[in-house]
Amino acid sequence: MPEYVVAAVLIVPLVAMAILAVLPGYRLTARINVAASFLTFLASLALFQERPEPGLFLMVDDFNIYLIVLTTFIGFTASAFSASYIGHELETGRLTPPFLRFYHAMYQALMFALNLALLANNIGLMWVAIEAATLTTVLMVGIYRTHEAIEAAWKYFILGSVGIALALFGSILVYFAAQAAMGEGLEAMAWTKLVARAAEFDAPILNLAFVFLLVGYGTKVGLAPLHAWLPDAHAEGPTPISAVLSGLLLNVALYAVLRFKMLLAANAHALTPGPLMIALGLSSLTFASFMLYRRRDIKRMFAYSSIEHMGIITFAFGMGGPLANFAGLLHMTMHSLTKSAIFYAVGHVAQVKGTQRIADIRGLSVSHPFLAWTLAIGVLAIAGIFTSEFLVVSSTFAREPLLAVPLVAGLLIGFGALILRLHGLLFGEPTPNAAPSHASYLSLVLHLLLVAIAGVFLPGPLVAWFQSVAHLLG
Amino acid sequence: MHNLPFDIAHLLAGLMVLVSFVLLYQRRMFGVLNTFAVHAFVLAWAAAWQALIQHAPHLYITAAIALLFKALFIPVALHRIVQRLEIHRAVETVFGVGVTMLGGVGLVALSIALILPVTAASAALAREDLVFALSVVLLGLLMMITRRNAIAQVVGFMSLENGLILAAIGVKGMPLVVEISVAFSVLIAFIVFGVFLFRIRERFDTLDVHRLDKFRGETQ
Repeated sequence: MPEYVVAAVLIVPLVAMAILAVLPGYRLTARINVAASFLTFLASLALFQERPEPGLFLMVDDFNIYLIVLTTFIGFTASAFSASYIGHELETGRLTPPFLRFYHAMYQALMFALNLALLANNIGLMWVAIEAATLTTVLMVGIYRTHEAIEAAWKYFILGSVGIALALFGSILVYFAAQAAMGEGLEAMAWTKLVARAAEFDAPILNLAFVFLLVGYGTKVGLAPLHAWLPDAHAEGPTPISAVLSGLLLNVALYAVLRFKMLLAANAHALTPGPLMIALGLSSLTFASFMLYRRRDIKRMFAYSSIEHMGIITFAFGMGGPLANFAGLLHMTMHSLTKSAIFYAVGHVAQVKGTQRIADIRGLSVSHPFLAWTLAIGVLAIAGIFTSEFLVVSSTFAREPLLAVPLVAGLLIGFGALILRLHGLLFGEPTPNAAPSHASYLSLVLHLLLVAIAGVFLPGPLVAWFQSVAHLLG
Repeated sequence: MHNLPFDIAHLLAGLMVLVSFVLLYQRRMFGVLNTFAVHAFVLAWAAAWQALIQHAPHLYITAAIALLFKALFIPVALHRIVQRLEIHRAVETVFGVGVTMLGGVGLVALSIALILPVTAASAALAREDLVFALSVVLLGLLMMITRRNAIAQVVGFMSLENGLILAAIGVKGMPLVVEISVAFSVLIAFIVFGVFLFRIRERFDTLDVHRLDKFRGETQ
């Protein structure tokens, strides 16, 4: 029985992709897209009931199950947002029906690839899944076929492919290190078997492999200085895709890095990955928070904010230990929920004002009060009132006070930039509206409610869950 | 230890590094494409040889993919695209040939210095194969950096990817090599058709990526 549930998480998006690729009519296909995403979400919830034994290709454990639920949930809300969003894109002629059919099929293909990457119990299979996710998102980023969109897609393509290629070299080296101890065959690529025997691996090869993996998958996480693709891809693609990129794809790439970090942690002679991750995390945080000041495009600004937060999360996992890992996991969840909510709000704003230029969006609190205040809540949440951010900072102060200085500085600089821009968006003389908005607020409100609840009160079982995963991460 | 199978595997892997160097100094578009076809052709032989000496029949599939898809289909398709888009002029490079070649020699030295010390305990064939593979990967990266033309960059990426396949076939008994090379082929097919379908030239009047970069979305 549990095997069928795992299969459902993968098969539902696959079948939906095939159906959506052939069906005409955007209203119907948009609904099927939502229904399929919801079914996948339900299937992922059923994984809690009973877990299958890990096989040679797929597995479910404490760590990936929470990311699968998060991924399928945001996949569902983003599809609901997308269903109400794309009607407007058709009216304005930015998309045509054939492209929309392609878009929906690709959306399900992306969900399949993300779920497969999370479920994979094989370093090779995980690599193939992340590669497929890269491909589908490249196609969706370029879907508007404007100069900017094609340039963004090309840049993402080249940088993403190089990152993916380096990650494959790292994966081959991991197999090379494992094969000496475990013999040939699929077992030497399975996470569950690798972690159990990591202590016997040749440490120097493992070290070299991790450097390649960190740089390779780190490109997909968007860590500075490997982030160049990220702002363009977020700004030029359709907004639901920006939400999925920030909320899900970056997490999945980071998940891959963390899995390999667990391997190194299990080997006493290997290097400690912490300092490398701390350095990359801090550089992303600092760089992105300064870059936030000079943005003129609203989606590009929030893309830089994603780089900032992936930096904080990588930093937290680099610190390691139960408390910092807990903070990292919590921040990963909160950031995914909030950032996708912000992109939903930004999607509305861009549609009603007909522009993404920050300078042309003023006085939202007068013209669209509900939208303005939901955006404000999201931005305030992301800018620094998360419990998880406090946890990261306090655990750093307790262990490495010196590292806390650049961390807090980066957080404050980013906070200042976001508040400054938010003030400009919300107040002042309202700029003229381009069109009424048809998009639904359901997904947006749902996300913000969850964030607000989690900000005040974390249910006991969830805390215990995160603690056990944090322990697992070492 | 030094027997015939070892020497031939060595020869083929070394030949790939050599062809990577030849790729670095090609100045004409068709020269780049033809040299890449040779690169993939050598990879096909290397994979077939590994299949023979490792008794791993699935590697013959990898060899067939390299031969049919990368050594024949992709170069022919790119030839036609280049003709259709009329871009068969000289390939602009960022640095001169001398500097690029010196950089390439440096990268090969780097991969020797990186791989050999950490794999001291492993079989000689596998570790030297990894050195060759990393050299090909790094030379591919160098080519992507030093070319301003989108198609030359794609060829650089494909030669990089050939290096990865070389690494995967050299590590004894690695599973999923076929699946990985299929996944890569899909990626490459998308890149090649991306060049054509997105009509980069039509949109920008050039395939010079340097000019694409001028647009940053930040200009007023």
